This record gives sequence, C-alpha cells and structure tokens, in this order.
Amino acid sequence: MQPVISVKKLCKKFGDFVAVNEIDFEVQKGEIFAFLGPNGAGKSTTIKMLTTLMQPTSGELHLAGFDVTKEQDSVRKSFGIVFQDPSLDDELTAYENMMIHATMYAIPHHERNLKIEELLKLVDLWERRMGRIKTFSGGMRRRLEIARALLHHPQIMFLDEPTLGLDVQTRNLLWNYVKELNRLKGMTIFFTTHYLGEAEDVAQRIAIIDHGKIVAMGTVEELKAKTGGTRDLEEAYLMLTGKEVRDEILDTEGVNKERNRSIIKAKTR
Amino acid sequence: MDVIYILWLRQCRRFFRSGIRVLLGFMQPLVYMLALGYGLNAVFVNSGNGSYLQFIVPGIMVQVILFTSMFWGANVVWDRQFGFLKEMLVSPVSRLRIILGNALGGVTVSLFQGLVLFIISVIVGFRPCNWALVPVAILFMSMLSMAIVGFSAGVGAMVDEMGGFVAVNNFLVIPLFFLSSSLFPLDHVPPAMKVIAEFNPISYAVDAIRTCLINKTHFGLLKDFLVLAFTMVITICFGTYRFMKIQA
Ligand SMILES: Nc1ncnc2c1ncn2[C@@H]1O[C@H](COP(=O)(O)OP(=O)(O)OP(=O)(O)O)[C@@H](O)[C@H]1O
Ligand SMILES: [Mg+2]
Repeated sequence: MQPVISVKKLCKKFGDFVAVNEIDFEVQKGEIFAFLGPNGAGKSTTIKMLTTLMQPTSGELHLAGFDVTKEQDSVRKSFGIVFQDPSLDDELTAYENMMIHATMYAIPHHERNLKIEELLKLVDLWERRMGRIKTFSGGMRRRLEIARALLHHPQIMFLDEPTLGLDVQTRNLLWNYVKELNRLKGMTIFFTTHYLGEAEDVAQRIAIIDHGKIVAMGTVEELKAKTGGTRDLEEAYLMLTGKEVRDEILDTEGVNKERNRSIIKAKTR
Repeated sequence: MDVIYILWLRQCRRFFRSGIRVLLGFMQPLVYMLALGYGLNAVFVNSGNGSYLQFIVPGIMVQVILFTSMFWGANVVWDRQFGFLKEMLVSPVSRLRIILGNALGGVTVSLFQGLVLFIISVIVGFRPCNWALVPVAILFMSMLSMAIVGFSAGVGAMVDEMGGFVAVNNFLVIPLFFLSSSLFPLDHVPPAMKVIAEFNPISYAVDAIRTCLINKTHFGLLKDFLVLAFTMVITICFGTYRFMKIQA
C-alpha cells in the first residue's frame, strides 16, 4: 500500500541554522501519527513544508500521492490543518470565519449552514457565533480553529499542538471526535503535542524529533522497549531527548532570534 | 466566483466595521480640497485659469484613491501578522483568486471614498461640465485604484513588518501625489518638474478624470487610458508575482 504521507531526506535551513535535518518517515492511510519533540525541534517547520506553506531546502515530500512542491493545488485539497499560531480573522465573527472556510473549500451551498451549525455546537460556540473573534478568549479561539479545520472532511488532518491552552473537557472532546473521524471516515491524523499522555492515548505510531533529526519512531510499546523497558511514554521520551530544558532565550545570535521569539510565544500562551 | 466574492466581502466588512477609520480617511483630502480650493481660488482666477475648486477636485479624488489604495497592502502585512494569511494560503483556492478577491475589496473601498468625496465636492460647489461623463471618470478611478492596489499588495507581500511597509508607503505616496498634475496645471511649471510629472502615471489618472469632469486635458484621453492600462498590467503582474512567492 502506498503511504499517504511520505517524506524523504527532508531538510530545511534558515541561513546556517539547520532546523530540519534529513528526516525520513511515512504515514499510512488511516493512521494516527504523533510527532513529538522539545521546543524548537523542527515539528512546526516540518508541518509547514508538508502543507505547502514553506519551501523545503531539499528532500522529497509526497502527500496523498502528490508531489508537495510541484502539485500544490492537488495537495491543498487533500488536507486540513490547525496551526500552532492563531489564524482567525479577528475582526470577523465566528460564523463569518467558518463561512469563509466553507467557501474556500467549496462545500456545497446547501450543506454550509448545517455543517457550520453542527460544528459550532460541537465546540460549544453556537451561542457566540455572532461574536467577533477579538472578544473571544484563547480557548474559544482554539476551539473555533478546530471546528473550522473539521469543516471540510480532509483525507489528512494536521494538528499542530491543537490542545494548547484548552481545558481538560475540551481536550477530551476533541480527541474523542478526532478518533471517531479516524475510525468512521479513515481520516489520517498527523499531530504534535507536548502532553505526552495525549500521544500515548491517541497515537498509533509516534516519531520523536530532536534538533531537527528523528531520534526514534514506532508504537508506544516499541519506544518503551527501545529505551530499555521504560514505564511510560514520558520516561521513554526523556531518555531519548535528554532532561535539559531547551532554554535558548539567552542566545542573542541573529540566527536564534526567530527561534527565541517562537519559544517565548509558546511559553506565554 | 464564490470565493472571490467572499474574500471581497471580508475586506469590505473589515473596512466598514472599523468605524471611525472610515471617517478619518476623508479628513485629509477634505482639508486639502477646502483649504486649497477656496484659499488659492482668487490667485488662480487672477492668473486667468478659471476656478481653482473646479480644477482641484479631480486631483483630490485621485489623492483619496491613491492614499487608500496605496495603504491597501498593509492588509497583507496584517493578515500575515495575525495569521489569517496562512488560512488563505493553505486553502485549495488559487493564489490568483485570493489576490483578486482581496484586491477587489481594496478597489471597492477606494472607490467608495472617492465617490463620497465627489458628492461632498458637489455640495460645496463643484460642477462637472457634463454629468454623462461622470461614469467614465469613475472607470478611470477604478483603473487607478487597481494599479495602485496591485502595487501595494506586492510591497505588502515583500516586507514582513508594518514598519517596513509604512516606510515604503511614505517614501512613495507623497512624491507621487505632489509631483503630478493633481494640484497645478503642467503648462507653466519648470521643465524638470514637467518631465517628472510626465513620467508619473498619477498625472495621467488626474488628467483623464479632469478631462471627463471639467473638460481640460493635457495629454489627451487616449494617451491617459493607454498609460494607465499599461501601468495597471505592470503593477498587477508585480503584485501577483510577489504574492505567489509569499511563504508564511
Ligand atoms: N522563519 C524562520 N526563520 C528562522 N528560524 C526559524 C524560522 N522558523 C523556525 N525557525 C527555527 O527552526 C527551529 C524549529 O522551529 P519549529 O517551529 O519547527 O519548532 P517546533 O518543533 O515546532 O517547536 P515548538 O514545540 O516550540 O512549537 C527553531 O529553532 C526555530 O527558531
Ligand atoms: Mg511548533
């Protein structure tokens, strides 16, 4: 069977700094795949390259059978994404944001209102649908972004730290819904998270990336076995990536500026 | 079509909901029109050129459109900063349609401002020589707006911070406006200035609108049209090209 995501020798350099360093992996159709790693490891950069937002420095990328760098239009039809950073139009209402998405993804006219209603109710924002995003809390925005990504039923769903800043209830709701979509529609899920429990519960296979390199890949059991029979994923993860904090804030080199900014951003959210 | 419409609608909503900003946009051109139009009127009349208010209104309409359209590229910078750009860029909508929807929003808003100013000018005493030519003037206003929006969207796609955009904007907009035929006829200016104005596409927009509204022409309507059309093609290609290359 052909993998639905295939990455070969993928590299991304920012100047001299290598953010993603020759990584290879494949995700099968219908799989739930977690991409874990410390801050600044290169997870979001990889997702940006997979989703046509960023040109890779080198390497091969295929999504749903299409070459990501050459057949961008076909590729874009095949996936949905929840970005790590905000991506809503603050000046518009929740409903309007949903409607723009529905239109851009060519959801048939007669389904639009119904689907939007269904998803806004799912994330408990139906009552606030006429509220402008700038009046929403962080968690509400996040929920809306998730609802929006689910609006068109993509073959592949990228979730870059989808549960960042969400309460426990919403997290459970999200993962249950995602698992159901995966089971019923065979949607392939590619996600990142810093809550290892989520990865352990939801993911069928996990890759761990550190300093732009994949250091381990396999099921939770395989990762535990590989690290000499650790008790849980967290222990295995710490064995693989080390215990020191990725605190690069004190760096003042030009190359590290952007990196610091993204870490600070992640920390303050 | 659907997508172009919704992106256009988004831009219009953003503008008309910005409340006070809608009004503030009129202040500067209105002051120019009233202060200069009445203040310099006597001088202008005495030198045998007719009413200055009549002369300046087409120039002021160009000013509004130039300023609003030139600032339109800021939306690209904002959308990048607030993240909505990513949402548009990963969607299966072609870049061309994304640009078109957003740019048409800019053109609509600019035209709206130009038209409101026109109405105000009629209220304070401006009289077009032939009402039937007003729609032709609006056509030229749209061409000017498209040309400028195309250009400024390209600039917006190139810079990644608002500061950079504002700097480029300020650098261009003032000379483009003052070194054109907006505020004075080109017949009596020093040759160097005349040459500059003749290279400035804004002069042709002013001339076209002036021809339609008060029947005074410098270059001739055909030349105005050709220069504007040419500028439009160039700037739209530039804007589209820069936007295609954008990475979030
Ligand atoms: N546009 C950019 N310019 C320069 N460096 C960048 C850019 N984008 C990312 N980087 C750097 O690439 C590295 C990987 O960043 P990335 O965002 O992929 O990390 P991540 O694994 O998603 O981390 P986090 O868990 O904090 O989200 C970081 O060191 C970051 O500073
Ligand atoms: Mg990230």
